[in-house]
Amino acid sequence: MTDELIERLSDSLRPTARYGVQRRLLLPVVGGLVVTTFLMLMLLGPRPDIGSAAATASFWIKSGYTFALAIAGTWAVERLSRPGGSARRPGLLTALIVAAMAIIAVAGYDLAPPDMREVVVWGSSALVCPFLIAGLSVPLLAAILAAMRRLAPTELTRAGAAAGLMAGGFGAWVYSFHCPENGLPFLALWYSLGVVIVIALGAISGRSVLRW
Amino acid sequence: MDEKQLHGLMTASLAGDASAYRRLLGALTPPLRSYFRRRLHADLTNHAEDLVQETLLAIHSRRMTFDPSQPVTVWVYAIARYKLIDLLRQARKGTHIPIDDIAEFIGDPSIETEDAMAKRDVDTMLGTLPDHTAAAIRNVRLEGRSVAETAMATGLSAASVKIAVHRGIKALKKRFGEEV
Repeated sequence: MTDELIERLSDSLRPTARYGVQRRLLLPVVGGLVVTTFLMLMLLGPRPDIGSAAATASFWIKSGYTFALAIAGTWAVERLSRPGGSARRPGLLTALIVAAMAIIAVAGYDLAPPDMREVVVWGSSALVCPFLIAGLSVPLLAAILAAMRRLAPTELTRAGAAAGLMAGGFGAWVYSFHCPENGLPFLALWYSLGVVIVIALGAISGRSVLRW
Repeated sequence: MDEKQLHGLMTASLAGDASAYRRLLGALTPPLRSYFRRRLHADLTNHAEDLVQETLLAIHSRRMTFDPSQPVTVWVYAIARYKLIDLLRQARKGTHIPIDDIAEFIGDPSIETEDAMAKRDVDTMLGTLPDHTAAAIRNVRLEGRSVAETAMATGLSAASVKIAVHRGIKALKKRFGEEV
């Protein structure tokens, strides 16, 4: 019976497209980003001072930090969508990104005048920021998990967490065009918390959703 | 066969070389079989061959996830391990029904003389189910085909075949009582 199966499988063999995994992941990224951007523009809107903000370092650090997390997450997803794949190196990259951000945040706190310190940590949206990031990331997370299922993740919790990092990174990146905050400690704390929420969502749902 | 040879066959298979692919799957089958046999105990031992086939099917349908910069052995082992864990998880949850209970029912000595009648009864019962569910049960439970083969023949995934069989049997039990 097994020999017959091997015969049938061999007869139906077709050449495999190169970079198949990367290609399958491209669609959810593009599709998810379109949906998330649309949601951000419709529900929240870009920050009113986006023109002048684009001239500040804080704006680009925010954009850079979140985008870097998204890239590390994408790398981890690409590795963990394969049986036996290891996310050690993407994990290391994530740790480096977070460490760099922490150093920048501490410097930002130290450099702020004492009466501004509360503002650079709490801003005016600390309590909503993580949840808005998580909310915006949900369509991305769903699209990424759906694409991963058609690949072959074998460590489902980790793979789900990687999907969360990727979705949360991209979601936070989109959110950064709305977010009016300029404080670097704010970014390090509340953006990171938002991404952590999405990582947790991904890890928890991955266990069942990613089964194939 | 060592990793180097397997890797060569795998690379050729991805390029579409059917004879390399046949040799690859052939070479992987014995180690997979002994892997599953060693790890399945008690009433699950008879699933070893099912798992071998499911692993071969998974290798086939997910072969694009093989990264040529990594060893084939690691990739195949991870798939086999995943399939094993999946089976054990189902068994633990109690959703697993021994593969031969309907066959036993038909093979029951007390109704052997009424073989034809029993068969007609089964046909009647299966007739109350949706076509694809009835077909799945017929294949897996009555004709003794493996889940993997049924999946190949019907174009469904192995998981859907298992679910169809499970739900179908459950529905029959509900309708016709525990004698099913």
